[in-house]
Amino acid sequence: MLTQNYNKPTHRSRTLRMFGFVLIFLVGLSGCETPKPWVKPYQRHYLADPIMELDQHPLDSSYMHHVFQAREAARGAEGGAGGGCGCN
Amino acid sequence: MVPEVVVVVTNAALNGLSRFALDLIGRLIIASLLLACHVSHSAMMPEERVEYLYHSYDGGGIEITGPSVLVRKNVDAKFAIAANYYVDEISSATIDVEVLASPYTEERTQKSLTVDYLKNNTKVTKSFLFSNENDYDAKNFYFSVSQDFFGNLTTLSLGFSRGSDEVGMRNNDSFSEDADRRHFTIGLTQVLTKHLLLNVNLESITDEGFLNNPYRQYRFIDPSDPANYLTRPEKYPNTRTSHAIMVQTKYYLPYRAALKNSYRYFSDTWDIDAHTLDVEYVHPYKDRWQFIASLRYYQQSAASFYNDLFPFEDSQDFMARDKEMSELTSISFGLGASYKFKVPPAIPLKNGSVSVLFNRLEVDYDNFRDARQTELTAGTESLYSLSANVFRVLINASY
Repeated sequence: MLTQNYNKPTHRSRTLRMFGFVLIFLVGLSGCETPKPWVKPYQRHYLADPIMELDQHPLDSSYMHHVFQAREAARGAEGGAGGGCGCN
Repeated sequence: MVPEVVVVVTNAALNGLSRFALDLIGRLIIASLLLACHVSHSAMMPEERVEYLYHSYDGGGIEITGPSVLVRKNVDAKFAIAANYYVDEISSATIDVEVLASPYTEERTQKSLTVDYLKNNTKVTKSFLFSNENDYDAKNFYFSVSQDFFGNLTTLSLGFSRGSDEVGMRNNDSFSEDADRRHFTIGLTQVLTKHLLLNVNLESITDEGFLNNPYRQYRFIDPSDPANYLTRPEKYPNTRTSHAIMVQTKYYLPYRAALKNSYRYFSDTWDIDAHTLDVEYVHPYKDRWQFIASLRYYQQSAASFYNDLFPFEDSQDFMARDKEMSELTSISFGLGASYKFKVPPAIPLKNGSVSVLFNRLEVDYDNFRDARQTELTAGTESLYSLSANVFRVLINASY
């Protein structure tokens, strides 16, 4: 009875085996090819347009954050860094 | 390199390539050169400029106006400094002032100095900020590092700031308390497609010290007359930790306009949960005009120690009736127009822009009653709400 239980794959062992296969598959994939930047420099003219800046008026945004923070309990993670062509 | 390109193109033309193919190659070369500029731009300091902001807030019985001036100067290719001077002229007769005190006027000034250091794709920022009022002084130090990588498709930034506040009271020189604040931030900006940007920000803040407004009071039912109420100074916990995550996307629309969507979730140890949704649309018109429209929705739950009317004095360890700690919903819509102008040659500035921006703010409190209605039994007054107009003029010139 004990031997039969060892030989019969349980649900947990099947899950672990499946997880192992997926892990090996992913490791294999990563060994084949490293991810590369998929948007080439010559494809970034839309992102470099000033209208794509995440913060159109940083000095004004800083003021408006202050307006909201004074009237609401939430604070932080207002963002603002980055934008445009994926730079500072 | 350039002669080789010319030779290649010339040979291609001689070999019978169509005008279309030549045109395409030409466009690709120009695009590559332009994008080389953009890539290098990502590793350059922001433009040297001077900005002037006039701001005006009017609503809920308070008027706040004042200027903000920012000057940014690049010392060399690696170092840049920026200085900001900001003023709030406050004239207050809010509902809290009407119920508990007398209208007052005061001024707050804020000065900050920021230093940026850039090397390759790494930018280090240090900032010092000082804020002064007649009853509140604040100092803040900020440090951050950001790095571009993955072909400049990804920007990761880490930040830390520490602030120390000194809290005083008007007409009470013996009152003096301290508060210490620490901010930890992580930001990630990722180019997803040639039209789409993703930005994720996390911020954790810890506060310790005197965290309430010394002028605010909680109210409780008058034991000798249950239709009325009495007030006592609020009692806040002396620690608070909050976490916020904000996810936003910006999408370039097919007809040269941009749409930004953002969502922020906030939670803290005072049991406040808040959700913020924001949509912003940017529409340029011809070469010089740009229009902005925005809509913001905000909703929060109340702090665990908040109550509009407590049953009796000292009924809890911590007690607050700040309307900002109440359950509330806030809606704001904004409109703005910007115009780029050319500076006359006599003035030593380059191109500039002037922007006029307006926001309308509506706040509805779900558990904060209008205690000015003293003819009504305490706790049966109508719920309070406020409307405010926020108007700004921004002038920006580079040099």
